[in-house]
Amino acid sequence: MRWVNLHLNRSQRILLGALPIALLVLVYLVMAAQRHADNPMDKILPLPGAMVRAMSALMFQADQLTGQMVFWVDTLASLQRLGLGLGIATLTALIVGLVLGVLPPVRATFGPLVTGIAVIPPIALLPILFIALGLGETAKVALIVIGIAPVMVRDIAAHVAALPTEQIIKAQTLGASSWQIMIRVALPQAMPRLLQTVRLALGPAWVFLISAEAIAADVGLGYRIFLVRRYLAMDVIIPYVAWIALLAILMDVALTQTSKRAFPWAHGASH
Amino acid sequence: MSAVATSIPGPIPGPILSLQNVWVEYGDKIVLEKVDLDIAAGSFVSIVGPSGAGKSSLLRIILGQERPTRGKIELDGAPLAPECGPDRGVVFQRYSVFPHLSALDNTVFGLECEQAPLSARLFGSAKRAAKAQATEMLAAVGLADSMHQFPAQLSGGMQQRLAIAQALIKRPRILLLDEPFGALDPGIRADMHKLILSLWRDYQLTIIMVTHDIREAFTLGTRVLALDKRRHDPHAPHRFGATAVYDIALRKDPEPEPEPEQTSQPPSEAPPQLQESA
Repeated sequence: MRWVNLHLNRSQRILLGALPIALLVLVYLVMAAQRHADNPMDKILPLPGAMVRAMSALMFQADQLTGQMVFWVDTLASLQRLGLGLGIATLTALIVGLVLGVLPPVRATFGPLVTGIAVIPPIALLPILFIALGLGETAKVALIVIGIAPVMVRDIAAHVAALPTEQIIKAQTLGASSWQIMIRVALPQAMPRLLQTVRLALGPAWVFLISAEAIAADVGLGYRIFLVRRYLAMDVIIPYVAWIALLAILMDVALTQTSKRAFPWAHGASH
Repeated sequence: MSAVATSIPGPIPGPILSLQNVWVEYGDKIVLEKVDLDIAAGSFVSIVGPSGAGKSSLLRIILGQERPTRGKIELDGAPLAPECGPDRGVVFQRYSVFPHLSALDNTVFGLECEQAPLSARLFGSAKRAAKAQATEMLAAVGLADSMHQFPAQLSGGMQQRLAIAQALIKRPRILLLDEPFGALDPGIRADMHKLILSLWRDYQLTIIMVTHDIREAFTLGTRVLALDKRRHDPHAPHRFGATAVYDIALRKDPEPEPEPEQTSQPPSEAPPQLQESA
């Protein structure tokens, strides 16, 4: 039988999907055990026990200097920056993308500007942001927004502009104004796409968050990783990276589920 | 029983739509040349012609989607605004309905736009009244049982019924159909023919339909326009445009098959009686 025709059921898919992950973990454990057999003080590939010990100190014991649970404070700070950045970028993408997509004069006026901003590497703007906005929270959130918003705007604008002309014409023959077309025809059809765009922007958003935290911060997941790097503290770095991955996956799943629940018509709610 | 004769008691003696010396050109390509046309209220005009003869261009300028390069178009004696409006309804071959709205919401949309300029949504008793009106309209096109389904859940024929209901709720002066049944099975198409004829009678519509199916054009229309080029230059085929080469008035009973008059009943999914299209 051809491979293109091999369709698997749910349990088979879960099994196959878990296989490479389990394999990777196994390879890591074997290598870590080997290194520890050679050198019990090895820091490069810590064993799970060491990670648990290091992390429980960060998770359940208050820091002596600040009196805070470091891990949770880091998580909260990073999520706050990420949430603000994603929120502002999403709102911008929706409003600007909608207007650009529906109204040809606005597209002609601001389309080139958005394209221009989108091609600038956002990290190159980081010095400008730090100079203009200081080293505080604003600059970090701004980096995320500048990093992901232009791409999201262009995506939504393109999606809205690609709505069938027939629909726009039909709406006009039903008496709809530009505003009404925007809020009743274009906006609802842009929403599933917007959630999709946010999903795709999650990756870059994390990149910009960690970058900003690595360069100037005193709290945050990215800050902690780059701080403990000085002590080769892989027993902290690896769990932190895993935690970031878990958070990203949870957000992705939440967005997918929201889209399916809220916009059944966009997910082949058919016969 | 001829709807043309009886249904228009007529305070308007003149044509409902009048095209005078209309030209459509794209660059140096002439699509339509010197189209003169008067369309009487209550008529069902079929437009046929070969591909590229400007059938759809003609429909688009009447719709207001495009502007003629030269010439004058008048609706009810007033110059036509170069923009689509609620006085001209339209049903396209595809994409005429909004995929994110249920059949009922698709139909209510036209009423909401008119009554709520800012929010384009109705609430309370206004909403109930609009829904009642839309429900009636959906029943008239045979969609009473599918009101709460999304277009993706409806078959092609049902989507076109929905598109018609959506247009008719605005009571347009003219209903424009752009190959509305072109993508449907022959059996469904025959049902749709019956539906559109009964709606045309019941709502006293003026219909202009573009089709590439000549039998459909003659079965439904009270008047058939054939668009084609009068002249042809083999060295520069794009320099001559098409115009109405035949204009055939059919004085006929609009209903070809013997069928008792049933007003605004949902048409049954009966076996096709008209014809299978060529």
